Amino acid sequence: MNYLTILSALAGGAMIGMAAALLLFTHKHTAGISGIAAGMLPPWSESSVWRGWFLAGLLASGPLYRLSGADIALDLAASPGLLAIAGLLVGYGTRLGGGCTSGHGVCGIARLSVRSIVATLTFMLTAGITVFIVRHLL
Amino acid sequence: MKNTVYLFAYGLLFGLGLIVAGMSNPAKVLAFLDVTGEWDPSLALVMASALLTLGLARYLMHRNNDTADREQEPSAIVPAGVDAKLMSGAAIFGVGWGLSGFCPGPALLGLSAGVLGNYAFVAAMFVGFWLFRLLHQR
Repeated sequence: MNYLTILSALAGGAMIGMAAALLLFTHKHTAGISGIAAGMLPPWSESSVWRGWFLAGLLASGPLYRLSGADIALDLAASPGLLAIAGLLVGYGTRLGGGCTSGHGVCGIARLSVRSIVATLTFMLTAGITVFIVRHLL
Repeated sequence: MKNTVYLFAYGLLFGLGLIVAGMSNPAKVLAFLDVTGEWDPSLALVMASALLTLGLARYLMHRNNDTADREQEPSAIVPAGVDAKLMSGAAIFGVGWGLSGFCPGPALLGLSAGVLGNYAFVAAMFVGFWLFRLLHQR
């Protein structure tokens, strides 16, 4: 980790926290991406509108960032088939557990929710174990 | 209309934060989860910075209000308590996260790069959202 890595990590984190704070204070919504995205499944209701615009902004961030001429690294280690299995687990698991990295890991922990702290420790642990098995045992 | 612009901007800020922090790259996320390998701890700084920012914002916003205001937050209305659903859901999410390096936000953000595996992940993630609704919300 060099200074640039540390600085960009801190700056990026602050931007994420600020976006979550703005969404919370102006609209009273939690910036949990899994919940917001899952709410876009039909049937649509009134709440699909704010979800849709927030997600549109998220989706637009990549193209807009690239306009500056900078590249966004995206390196996938797994095959599309394995990624589909991973996506299924992430989709089902985040709904069953009521949140993901943003909903539990940032928004939930920031309000000192015990549920979110337990959930975050749990998914960090199983993710770490999974990476250990895939990278060092298989 | 004004709300729409703000919501879009919040999503955009959130996404740019992920990009600046490097969390938009699954390879970097996997390097963070690979504690016994060539560990990249910078994502812990991202989370710490996001938590500090949101925590500070919450403190400043709620400083002069009574607790009743805080309890209007939608996330605070959800029945609390650690249960099997929370733990198993978080555990399943963690396995998917560890297999791919993708959690929901970065996976959605990555769509604009046009990588096949990224599409497979997101399509399967929505199947997972739908599966949860099918199994648990009838």
